[in-house]
Amino acid sequence: MRSSQEAAGPTPAEAREVRPLTGNEAIARGAWEAGVKVAAAYPGTPSTEILEALATYPAEDLHAQWSTNEKVALDVAIGASFAGKRAFAAMKHVGLNVAADALMSQTYIGVNGGLVLAVCDDPGIHSSQNEQDTRIYGALATLPVLEPSDAQEALDFTKLAFELSERFDTPVIVRGTTRLSHTRSTVAVGERSEPEPRGFLEEPSKNVMIPAHARLRHGAVLEREARLKEYFDEAPINRWEPGEASFGVITAGTCYPYVREVLPNASVLKLGASWPLPEGLLRRYCESVGRVFVVEELEPVIEKEIRALGYEVEGKRYFPRAGELSPELVRAGFQEAGILPPQPQKSGWSGEPLVRPPVLCAGCPHTSAFMAVRASGARVSGDIGCYTLACLDPLRGIDTTVSMGSSIGNAIGMAKAGEPKPVVATIGDSTFLHAGLPALIDAVYNRADIAVLLLDNHITAMTGGQEHPGTGKTLRGEEAPSVDYEALVRAVGVDWVRVIDSYDLAVMYQALREAIAHRGVSVLIANRPCVLDPVKIKGPAMQVVTAECNACQSCMNLGCPALTWSDETFEDRHKVKIDQALCIGCTLCAQVCTIDCIKPAAAVKQ
Amino acid sequence: MSGSPNSASEAAPAPASPAAAVEPSAEPLNVLIVGVGGQGVIMVSKVLALLAQAQGFQVKQSEVHGMAKRGGAVFSHVRFGRQVWSPTIPKGEADILIALEWAEGLRWLPYLKPETGIFICDTKRIVPPFACLNRRPGAPLRYSRETPADVISQVGEGYAIDATQMAEELGNERAANVVLLGALSTALRFPAADWEQTVAKFVPKKTVSVNLDAFRRGRAWIEEARVVTPAVESRAAEAPAPADPAYRVRLDIVAAWCKSCDICVKICPERCLRLNAERIAELAEPEKCTGCRLCEWLCPDFAIRVHLEDISAMAADAASEGAPR
Ligand SMILES: Cc1ncc(C[n+]2csc(CCOP(=O)(O)OP(=O)(O)O)c2C)c(N)n1
Ligand code: SF4
Ligand code: SF4
Repeated sequence: MRSSQEAAGPTPAEAREVRPLTGNEAIARGAWEAGVKVAAAYPGTPSTEILEALATYPAEDLHAQWSTNEKVALDVAIGASFAGKRAFAAMKHVGLNVAADALMSQTYIGVNGGLVLAVCDDPGIHSSQNEQDTRIYGALATLPVLEPSDAQEALDFTKLAFELSERFDTPVIVRGTTRLSHTRSTVAVGERSEPEPRGFLEEPSKNVMIPAHARLRHGAVLEREARLKEYFDEAPINRWEPGEASFGVITAGTCYPYVREVLPNASVLKLGASWPLPEGLLRRYCESVGRVFVVEELEPVIEKEIRALGYEVEGKRYFPRAGELSPELVRAGFQEAGILPPQPQKSGWSGEPLVRPPVLCAGCPHTSAFMAVRASGARVSGDIGCYTLACLDPLRGIDTTVSMGSSIGNAIGMAKAGEPKPVVATIGDSTFLHAGLPALIDAVYNRADIAVLLLDNHITAMTGGQEHPGTGKTLRGEEAPSVDYEALVRAVGVDWVRVIDSYDLAVMYQALREAIAHRGVSVLIANRPCVLDPVKIKGPAMQVVTAECNACQSCMNLGCPALTWSDETFEDRHKVKIDQALCIGCTLCAQVCTIDCIKPAAAVKQ
Repeated sequence: MSGSPNSASEAAPAPASPAAAVEPSAEPLNVLIVGVGGQGVIMVSKVLALLAQAQGFQVKQSEVHGMAKRGGAVFSHVRFGRQVWSPTIPKGEADILIALEWAEGLRWLPYLKPETGIFICDTKRIVPPFACLNRRPGAPLRYSRETPADVISQVGEGYAIDATQMAEELGNERAANVVLLGALSTALRFPAADWEQTVAKFVPKKTVSVNLDAFRRGRAWIEEARVVTPAVESRAAEAPAPADPAYRVRLDIVAAWCKSCDICVKICPERCLRLNAERIAELAEPEKCTGCRLCEWLCPDFAIRVHLEDISAMAADAASEGAPR
């Protein structure tokens, strides 16, 4: 067996090369150093860059791939683990919901080659649909959850996770948060070392989860948890940092630096593993200090466990359960608890901040689809992607958004419930492949009367432009087969299918009207590449002939960020001007202009 | 990234320490860099972080960039010192706030140290579509009205710099962030040559020379501004602060002439018209009507007349009638 990391200790930091790495890059580095052979993911902020970083390591070292969704990604990793290789899957917190079915069985099976999942939470909901706490999956699946507090730990814990996975025969979750993923700090890196190869382990009673096997395995899982608790009781990743003993703070992950920021000298128990919790260590710690505080982001996972051990503990009373923690909030909590003296509020600037939500890009091909959707008067179930931004003014073209792929199922339900308006589902290409296809088959099978607007911008745009099975490229940029949506949709039995150009507004309006008029399932494929990824598109800019503009504001309904108000007015309404640097020349504004005063800049002599 | 900048610092002439140069003491130094997606906020923070690291400081650089590309607000916290715990800067604790866009600078002002913080802000205004949502006649742009003079008087040390304009003059608008890096460089005790070397690493090869010009331009501007009073007579000073006139819009629709063609309903940019139960055009949401007259002009049957009444003018007239003349 390779030398255990805790036994030998990591290479002394001074001897190792240091690099500035983000948490995500450090997780990737850790997986690479641990000798991972197969890695798969579906993109999702804040986890996306983990696989992108892994794909920068040599292809001879590991296979790295984008999968169609998180469940497939985890299944791919599980397969590699069965084959005896170290395997890795990365996803955002909600991605684990998709992959949970596989995880909940795999935890019974255990691993052959080490199996590690990096799951990144998004406390504060910077770019997600919720802020669920992944640590609870640790309890649900009875498996270890490691919580790094900075990039160095992200690397070290990921390596350790592979060791624990093999040593305890368990999948292991490394839980990050947005703050960990996207904070860059210096990290001492090491070398890659691949473990001894293991072959496939032929052991049906362990690998095939039929009821008779699963019953036995559940017992093994509980026994494993007991051994893990014992291990974490002494493991160096749970660190007791002594201090003044009138109170103590138990914390984990990215909360730890906040605690240290406001209480540099306090007694702290920093848990590197937030599941399972080491009872003995917690008891010893709680008995050594006066008041016990728990500072943890989101759910009171640690707090509840300590209370269950019979100790009085203060946590969510002072530190909010919703949202991201910060040094300010941790300070305020300790002030309220009487640990820190109250501080006078620093007065400063108090202007009204400008409202600046993210918007669709100038020339975004989704724009025309939502102009047409809005005009159609339909009830619209939306989905997740850049186009979700069309729920805001001025496009305001989406009535509901739940989770990846929900739009089509939701539309079926609305139609079957007798929604009086025609029902349209809008879904992006990546999302359609992720979880939309089963719902489309359901719609055909159940003869739902819905129109599906498939927004094919040839990329997974929202998360920063990742390839997917429809783009013809792999994660490493190699050529790949690409999905033919029209053939696919026809093959599942949709008889009304049309592919149109998103930049032709009149055709868009007309085709959508026909799709809605069609009884049964219709699929309208709006086809135009994203203007940002994979290549930045910039055509000749358009310009407003200001003298002619009657300030009717029709073009402003596009919400294009290149369109803004000029200082000139007509009947006291602002005329419009076009930011030449931003405009990509999609001509949509010219197509809606009521008096034809938007022209290619080259053709305008002002 | 292995400490080569050292050689540069030996070669560099010792910089004349600017009066206001700050450096980390026991506490880390906090620099907050803000702007709008696509402006290059992250590049500025990476340059600073790398430089600080090369000087032997512990550095944490934290940003949230989920929405960065979509024109949302972008911010990056850079903290460096002997020991840095939190990756984020607490409110009121930023030593320096660098803003690549005017309203973004104002958004983050509460993060600046009230007495001593240094505020360096591009006067560039990027007006989001949301600022143009109220389109009724006379409605103001919903964008910050504060002028540089208003703001500079409220901070420890403030500079409103036309960085984007300077970059444009140098022939590359995209170098505005490097102009600001030049401005920032005067506030920190890192050798200018190290700055320049690090900037050169981060910009595309073809643009190294224009970016270095941009860097020097920003640096020189601040040094000059320190001698003269901070330049507040910049473009943003012209930010119009219009009075808000109030209009009433009235539509006369001649029901007898309307033949339910639906053209007005379809063309109305505010989507405030509809056909009623008798299929006659009616103004369903009068508060949204801007009086643009498209329906009046396009109605094939001349059934719609738009009346615009300036009620603020009427109110002013009414008020002035009673006043002594
Ligand atoms: C279960 C889950 N996985 C991943 C994500 C992250 N995510 C949000 S939108 C999106 C991709 C959307 O791509 P597409 O449907 O092609 O729309 P586009 O952004 O290109 O318009 C992803 C991966 C998520 N929100 N939920
Ligand atoms: S990134 Fe692409 S899909 Fe997303 S808003 Fe911009 S153009 Fe549209
Ligand atoms: S052509 Fe019009 S709608 Fe298209 S990007 Fe330019 S300003 Fe925006």
